[in-house]
Amino acid sequence: MPATYEPIATTTLSTTATTVSFTSISGAYTDLVLVANVQRATTAENPSLTLRFNSDTGTNYSMTNLLGNGSSASSSRQSTQNMMNFSYFSMASAANTFSTYILNVMSYSNSTTYKTVVGRSGDAGAGTQATVGLWRSTSAITSIIVTNDGSPTNFASGSTFTLYGIQAA
Amino acid sequence: MAPILGIWASGAQPAANATSFESIATTTVGSGGAADVEFTSIPATYTHLQLRAIARTNYSGGVTDTLVIRINSDTGNNYAWHQVGGNGSSAFAQSGTTTNLIYASYIASSTSGTSVFGASIIDILDYANTNKYKTLRNLTGEDRNGGGDLTLGSGLWQNTNAITSIKLTQGEGTSFAQYSHFALYGIKGAA
Repeated sequence: MPATYEPIATTTLSTTATTVSFTSISGAYTDLVLVANVQRATTAENPSLTLRFNSDTGTNYSMTNLLGNGSSASSSRQSTQNMMNFSYFSMASAANTFSTYILNVMSYSNSTTYKTVVGRSGDAGAGTQATVGLWRSTSAITSIIVTNDGSPTNFASGSTFTLYGIQAA
Repeated sequence: MAPILGIWASGAQPAANATSFESIATTTVGSGGAADVEFTSIPATYTHLQLRAIARTNYSGGVTDTLVIRINSDTGNNYAWHQVGGNGSSAFAQSGTTTNLIYASYIASSTSGTSVFGASIIDILDYANTNKYKTLRNLTGEDRNGGGDLTLGSGLWQNTNAITSIKLTQGEGTSFAQYSHFALYGIKGAA
C-alpha cells in the first residue's frame, strides 16, 4: 500500500503577518489538510482565520458552524461571503496560547464538483467549533490564501501553518 | 520524506508519520450512480482506519441525506450512534440505540444545489481487535450557501469480530450520485 499524508509546505511566522499563501499546489493528491496553530498579534487586534481559494475574492463562499462556548451549544451560518471564515471565537492572544485549526479540503483537485471543507477549530479559552464550508467553484484548487477578515489585523510571530496532501489509491 | 505531525484529519492525535498513513482502496461513483459502496477484504495490518468521502445522493424529498454505515454485512440491531450538530440556526443532538445501522449526517441530496457535495471523515478505532466492541467517530456536513447541516458523531458496533468490510448506503435515497468519492485509509501503530 502506498504511504500518504505528506507535508506539502510549512510556514512559521518570524514576524507578524496578515496573510500566508500556499501556491502552485500540485493536483497529485486527493484531499488537503491545513493544520494551523495561530495567535493574534495583540489583544487589541481581532483577526479571523479565513481561506480564499485561487485568489477568488467573489462572494462564492459559505459556511455552517456548530459552536460551543463552555456553557451552551449553538449554530451559525454565513452565506454569500467573499472568504471562508473559521474563527467564530476570538483567536487566542494570551502569552504562549494559540488557537488550533485543522481544515480538510476535500477532493480539491477535481474540476467537476464545488469544493467542500470540513474542519474543527477554536481557542481553548473561548470556545470550540466545527465547520462545513463551501466554495462554489468547480475549478481545481491550486492556491490557498490564509488571511484575516479584511481588517488590518495580524497573526502573531510563532504562528504555524502546514499544508498536507493525502493521496487515495 | 520527513516525518509529519501526528495529527488525524478530524482532530485526534495518535502517533502517525509519513509511512503510517496508507491508502487501502478508493471508489468514485460513475455516471449510473451506485446503490452502495463497499470496502471488502480489509486487511488487519493496521491499527485504525479512516474513511474520507464526498457524497451526494439521488434523494429528492429533502435538501439533505445521510450516510449509513454497516460493518461486516451485519444487518442486526447491533449498532448505536450519537450526534451533536448544527443547522445554521440552532444546535441539536440525536441518537439511536439498538439500531441496525450507524448514521453519519449530513451529505448532499439531489436538491442541495448543482455540484454541491457533502463531506465526511470517519475514524474507526482499533478495528482489528477481537477483544472489544468497535467504536467510530465522524465529522460530516454539507453547506449549500443559504443552508447546511453538520454533525460530530460517534458510533458503536457491538461485536468483537475484526472489521473486514464496511458498507455505505444512504439514509433516504437509493443511490450515490456520480462523482461521489470514497477513500479508505489505514493507520499503522508502532511495531
